[in-house]
Amino acid sequence: MIDGDMCSVELGDLGLDQGGHLLIKRALRTVPVHAPVAVYGNAPELAIHLRGWCRAQGHDIEISQIKGDPVAVVYRGGAEVGRWRGAESTGDAATPQIHAHANWGLAGRSATVEGGAPDFDFPLDTRAEVWAQEAARLYAQAAAAQWNPATAIPWNEPFVLHDEIEDAVVQVMTYLIENETAALVIPARFAAQIHPHFREVMQLLAIQAADEARHIEVFTRRALLRRPKLGLSTAGGQASLKTLIDETDFALSAMLLSVLGEGSFLSLLQFLHQHAPDPVTGEIARLVGQDEARHVAFGVAHLTQHVREDSKLLERLAAAIERRHDVLAHTAGLNEEVFDSLILLAAGSWQPEALRAGWEKVQKLIADMGQGRVRRLRKIGFDEQRAQSLSALHTRNFM
Amino acid sequence: MSTTLILGAVAYDPKVVTIWDGFQKWFAQHDFDFDYILYSNYERQVEGHFAGHFHVAWNSPLAWLQAERIAAQTGRTVKAIAMRDTDCDLTSVIAVRNDSPIRSIEDLRGKIIAVGASDSPQATLIPLLHLAEAGLEPEKDFSVRLFDLLVGKHGDHIGGERHAAKALIEGTVDAACMIDGNHLLFTREGTLPSNSTRILAQTAEYDHCNFTVLDDAPEAVITRFCDLLMSMSYDDPQVRPLLDLEGLKQWRPGRTEKYALLARAVNQFKTIDAFVAEVSKFYL
Repeated sequence: MIDGDMCSVELGDLGLDQGGHLLIKRALRTVPVHAPVAVYGNAPELAIHLRGWCRAQGHDIEISQIKGDPVAVVYRGGAEVGRWRGAESTGDAATPQIHAHANWGLAGRSATVEGGAPDFDFPLDTRAEVWAQEAARLYAQAAAAQWNPATAIPWNEPFVLHDEIEDAVVQVMTYLIENETAALVIPARFAAQIHPHFREVMQLLAIQAADEARHIEVFTRRALLRRPKLGLSTAGGQASLKTLIDETDFALSAMLLSVLGEGSFLSLLQFLHQHAPDPVTGEIARLVGQDEARHVAFGVAHLTQHVREDSKLLERLAAAIERRHDVLAHTAGLNEEVFDSLILLAAGSWQPEALRAGWEKVQKLIADMGQGRVRRLRKIGFDEQRAQSLSALHTRNFM
Repeated sequence: MSTTLILGAVAYDPKVVTIWDGFQKWFAQHDFDFDYILYSNYERQVEGHFAGHFHVAWNSPLAWLQAERIAAQTGRTVKAIAMRDTDCDLTSVIAVRNDSPIRSIEDLRGKIIAVGASDSPQATLIPLLHLAEAGLEPEKDFSVRLFDLLVGKHGDHIGGERHAAKALIEGTVDAACMIDGNHLLFTREGTLPSNSTRILAQTAEYDHCNFTVLDDAPEAVITRFCDLLMSMSYDDPQVRPLLDLEGLKQWRPGRTEKYALLARAVNQFKTIDAFVAEVSKFYL
């Protein structure tokens, strides 16, 4: 006998093998656990499928054989309610929490996570360690500013270069490729260590790695545009970059790579854009410089915020710069071939006067790099004197 | 044996290790010593039970009948102490293709019917009994096409039923037998495309697995085991994955009246007589 007040659901000819279970679930959610829902319908296998479905879902069922009665009465089981009892909220969609829990795992911010979810090992899980308010804006800017290496560079524009100038370009490109490879590997590694709760930072590092992938591509393509192979890679240059790769602390890495290394590269790319001997190299330097400016901006923003929350970080950053300097003290620094190539590029010819001008331009570049480093170190929180002394310790390899 | 409760279970799938390892850890958290022995087939497990190798068997319905009959032959008693909610009130169905001219059981005369493993209660023995009691004798009035995957595991592995369903769609058989819930499952996963089949017949209700004990099982340990099982709640995130793996929402006290249908089937087909006689002989 069906009570007239009983909740009911009409499926018509919709079967459980055609999505009919959605209507039943919807009706069951409107009644308390153990309460009945009458199911009506005329799909041929409805009663049989209901029986199997209810068993799997943990609902009790009474199948009716009486004409005019519902096909079955389903009594809501407690499994669905039970599954979400004790579930955890991952906080606010807009603002990250101070600490992201290991069991929040891959869930997006503000999602509800079922109890018993596995713990994930994301070592960078505190807001102070990774967060920068600018991350979302910089990510959006990066996503909008992605350029296509195939079309953004005037690869087919004609130009004539002296053989030795072309060799200098190839040598500089060879140097840039290995620097950008370090700059790809490092954010890629940290992207996998950041708790996904800090989504914007993870996204920013991912797009930073993608930026570097494009940079490696265009530098390689320019180097091989008129030559069959790349130039020279020095032990000192690689030793300098290896100290960046070996740095496993996110904040210290941001200081060495983004603030000091990529910061110095901003000056170098501007120099290449201004003094490039051909339109392809000039445009590459301009586009790459735009991307690198974002990388530097995030590094500075993140460390500025981190220092504000943890004043002891400044000393750790200083110690990291000093430590790196000591490790690299016995190495050659910038390889002579790159240095000479930069002079030659800026000179544009072998005329003594042109070479003098080229030399002066490179000296100005090095001074620009130093001023930029001091400016950024000051922004992060170092005083003028400390910023000057730390800047002077930066690797002679630029990056 | 020590006070450690030892369970016998059949390794019908690699996940069985995950399941009982998980139970072992959960029981340990509740100060209950629990261990398990895995068998490759139910017959070896039933023999092991009577040989005293463990206290509780996680038995298929066919293994339950084997144990019950050996006990009866040897002056012992068996008891079903607990079962899953999903072990209760199953039915099996016989499906035909939707465009098939077969409209009644009588129309199956002379046809080929796909079943699961030869020792599967749900996909073979009970559906064949249903047909036999309707007047169609297997291999006389119709051909039986066995999808004999993993014999000895009593149809625990779903593969036999799935192969039978595929054979039905491919047209190599005229009808296929499966658990009611698997007809819906196979439809949802695409093995049986929606509206491609029609259910010709449905068996009466029967029950599936249970935890079986013999009369010499240590009473206090078994009581504690049952109490702990009944306390397992789907609300508990530690327990939930174990229950999901084992396919239940809650444990229920054991009951045996709904093994009657399978008992009729094994009587009809003499499925377990030789095994029961052989094991019983050893204890007489």
